[in-house]
Amino acid sequence: MTTTTPAVKPKGRLLEPKLLLGILGVLVLLGFSLFTGVYDIFGTDDGTAMFAITRIPRTIALVLAGAAMAMSGLVMQLLTQNRFVEPTTTGTTEWAGLGLLTVLIINPEASLLAKMTVAIIFAFIGTMVFFLFLQRVSLKASLTVPIVGIMLGAVVGAFSSFIALQTDMLQSLGIWFAGSFTSVIRGQYEVLWIVAIVAIAIFIVADRFTVAGLGEEIATNVGLNYRQVMLLGTGLIAIATGVVTVVIGNLPFLGLIVPNIVSMFRGDDLRSNLPWVCLLGIAITTVCDLIGRTIIMPFEVPVSLILGVLGAVVFITLLLRQRKLG
Amino acid sequence: MITLTEVHKKYSSEVTIGPVTLEIPTGGITALVGPNGAGKSTMLTMVGRLLGIDSGTIEVAGYDVTSTASKDLAKIVSILRQENHFVTRLTVRQLVAFGRFPHSKGRLTTTDEEIISRSIDFLDLAELEGRYLDQLSGGQRQRAYVAMVLAQDTETVLLDEPLNNLDMKHSVLMMQHLKRAAQELNRTIVIVLHDINFAGHYSDYICAMKHGKVVQFGTPERIMNDEILSEVFETPVQVIDGPNGPLAVYY
Repeated sequence: MTTTTPAVKPKGRLLEPKLLLGILGVLVLLGFSLFTGVYDIFGTDDGTAMFAITRIPRTIALVLAGAAMAMSGLVMQLLTQNRFVEPTTTGTTEWAGLGLLTVLIINPEASLLAKMTVAIIFAFIGTMVFFLFLQRVSLKASLTVPIVGIMLGAVVGAFSSFIALQTDMLQSLGIWFAGSFTSVIRGQYEVLWIVAIVAIAIFIVADRFTVAGLGEEIATNVGLNYRQVMLLGTGLIAIATGVVTVVIGNLPFLGLIVPNIVSMFRGDDLRSNLPWVCLLGIAITTVCDLIGRTIIMPFEVPVSLILGVLGAVVFITLLLRQRKLG
Repeated sequence: MITLTEVHKKYSSEVTIGPVTLEIPTGGITALVGPNGAGKSTMLTMVGRLLGIDSGTIEVAGYDVTSTASKDLAKIVSILRQENHFVTRLTVRQLVAFGRFPHSKGRLTTTDEEIISRSIDFLDLAELEGRYLDQLSGGQRQRAYVAMVLAQDTETVLLDEPLNNLDMKHSVLMMQHLKRAAQELNRTIVIVLHDINFAGHYSDYICAMKHGKVVQFGTPERIMNDEILSEVFETPVQVIDGPNGPLAVYY
């Protein structure tokens, strides 16, 4: 008995027609994003300038932040072998926020780069703390893991609030917490391009992350340096989360819902899934941002609010589904 | 050939393995048997370098498992643990393909694809290769894991209780697959088995362990013996002549 053409060939079919359709759909959404807003970019003289100063940066930021958070969630889920983790359910975002706050207190005039670096370092430390904790207690029960993560995040968040209260920074913290694309303008968002590098790095080492997702023993069996991959993954997640946190703020649940939806339809081969995870991340962020921009026009609702509502619904649906499957 | 020399491991305050000095010959199936807590799985895990040793040396095909780079060892010895359940949704073929990771680091060549197909065929999984692991029965999933370690194409294959959770029919099928792998693919297979009669029938050598030490090593003909088995398992065992060789009766 011989097998004919392999039914599943992970490579070589990255650019399938469905994916092209997906790209097209996202492009249409981005088009909407470019032309949605209070300012009349066609009727006024400085319309073109405004278009370049706010609309284009905002749309690019949506693409980068959406893709980065979705991919961070995916990598995190593989590394912890748990479907319910992502940077906002493991405390990573809160740690990045604490880092940001620390910089603001020590040096309110700190450059964007300095803020970002500290946020990344804090996010890295926080994620490592979470991973080490998981390893130590070897919690495999899927729900305990995000609960522990959310608790850790809550503790760090409370600590941040306390410091902010003491130093009169509560308002800054509040603004940060409500992740929003409103303030994205030319000259303020360019560092987000760093996450594009992270995306490329994740794509290159995709197979290692998938192998690590099979657990330490299977990974070691096939000769993978498990600890090294964990460190690399944590580093990439920290960079993505740190950068997005500093520039945009908190984008809850994105890393949770996107990988789960993609996995439901396509399984978990990381490399062939990555383009889909990016696309869906961008699409959801853009849709949420569009909703936020239009429901109380001419004002805006922070995108994190819309994401939070959507994320909670998907999270609960996943829980119920999981229970049904046993 | 697997050589253990004065291997010692303090697993926990109560459980100590060794000192174990043992030579497992090349080729065929060697079954590790013994009562619960004898240290069978622990020893297998140490040979597969998933668990460190306190002292002594373990060599597989001449390579010291503690000093050889993990990625090189992955081409010499493969190990499958008992508990394998992960949240990753992979198809059978994708899982088996990861067995080729030590050779191709994820970028599969046509040779890799051929070996993957062969492993899948070898365990009769061709019809299931596009299915997701969570859609399979326990026996099918176990076969997929074994196909993965076979695709790794290592001379030595270590399996920790591959019959766990399998019913009678699938246990027999699994042992037949392993026997064929040992013979046709020239593998040295070491397995932890709970059922002494499976060990007696399908293995070429039996290694009996008790209290962290190897107490008996030999061919099934020699080990399938009233006295030896009663001593090893600490319960009265009677070996009778069955239609297909000796049978241990212990109830």
